[in-house]
Amino acid sequence: MLYIPGNNPAMIQQGGVYGADSILLDLEDAVALNQKDAARTLVRNMIKVVDFYDAEVCVRVNHLSTPFGLADLETIVPLQPSAIRYPKTESAEEVAELLKIIERIEDRHGLPHNKMTLHAMIETAMGVQNVFNIASMFRRVDAITIGGQDLTADMNIVYTADGVGIDFARKRIVMAAKASHIDVIDTVFPDVNDEEGLRRETEYAKKIGFTGKAVINPRQIDIIHDVFTPTEEEIRKAYHIVKEFRMNTAAGIGVFAIDGKMVDAPVVSRAEYILKLANVTVG
Amino acid sequence: MKPKIAAQSGTFESSDVIFLIEPLPDNSGRKLDISSTVMQQYGSSFNRIVTEMLDEYQMTDIHLIAKDKGALEPTIKARLETAINRSMERQEGTL
Repeated sequence: MLYIPGNNPAMIQQGGVYGADSILLDLEDAVALNQKDAARTLVRNMIKVVDFYDAEVCVRVNHLSTPFGLADLETIVPLQPSAIRYPKTESAEEVAELLKIIERIEDRHGLPHNKMTLHAMIETAMGVQNVFNIASMFRRVDAITIGGQDLTADMNIVYTADGVGIDFARKRIVMAAKASHIDVIDTVFPDVNDEEGLRRETEYAKKIGFTGKAVINPRQIDIIHDVFTPTEEEIRKAYHIVKEFRMNTAAGIGVFAIDGKMVDAPVVSRAEYILKLANVTVG
Repeated sequence: MKPKIAAQSGTFESSDVIFLIEPLPDNSGRKLDISSTVMQQYGSSFNRIVTEMLDEYQMTDIHLIAKDKGALEPTIKARLETAINRSMERQEGTL
């Protein structure tokens, strides 16, 4: 997920060429307070005409407690991007209120309520405490994300490269997403020159369950893809497991072994997930 | 409509355009000062977009200065709309 500042036409018009799975046009932190109107109008015009190729297009709006949030929604919701990303989400009540406003705008424009989704950003200690309700109570919330910089600021701690201060929050957010069967995206890695650090942090994020990671520079995309894309060996193994599973199931055998290791339902489920990520079907 | 205040929008960065709008005395019409790094290739198209938008907003008694660095049509329109709205004191972010 590539963050693009909403007031930068050059970056927006080139946003689709870098191969990110998702483009995030940012009206919030990446835009100066006295340029919010300019960014909103620019993003509105660009979404209509710029080809972002296969990337999902999301827009991060300002929080409704700011003077800009409602105007952002009034402008962006009628365009129905893939998703609206809502910053500093703290409670299910807040999401309910936000969805009410979004649906009111959609009604006014004759738009359905089931096309555009919502990504809730968890960036405060209160948001972390309430994350399961935020993730699980609404059909339209199809991803949650952690905002590392804002969260550390809210916790009055310093954001460190080892991420120790936000480790509990990361794991709690992942668990809420897994329990709700939605995507969970890790925070950005702010040092664009530290490629090893980015790889290390991305590998950790994958290991604890994140399904993707946000980036602030196109240079970071390849490393993220490299970490999250299953290796050829993993795909071959998964293919073999699923194929054997189908053959054994057809023969009425529930649990079997491959290379001396027991294969049961969780192993098969994991293999199917790898094949899904790799876009491979078992013939 | 006549601009209420001087206002600007956009930047000098590549692929962007900066607009500056100033109100003129009554019955002055429009005064346009347009320059572009791609004037030879796209100057007539730029002028057309600006004129059409000023017509659409019925803007008069206006001095408009534009410095274009190769902005695409959606950017030109967004920046001009922002400058007009700011000059009418309809949005935040005015000079």
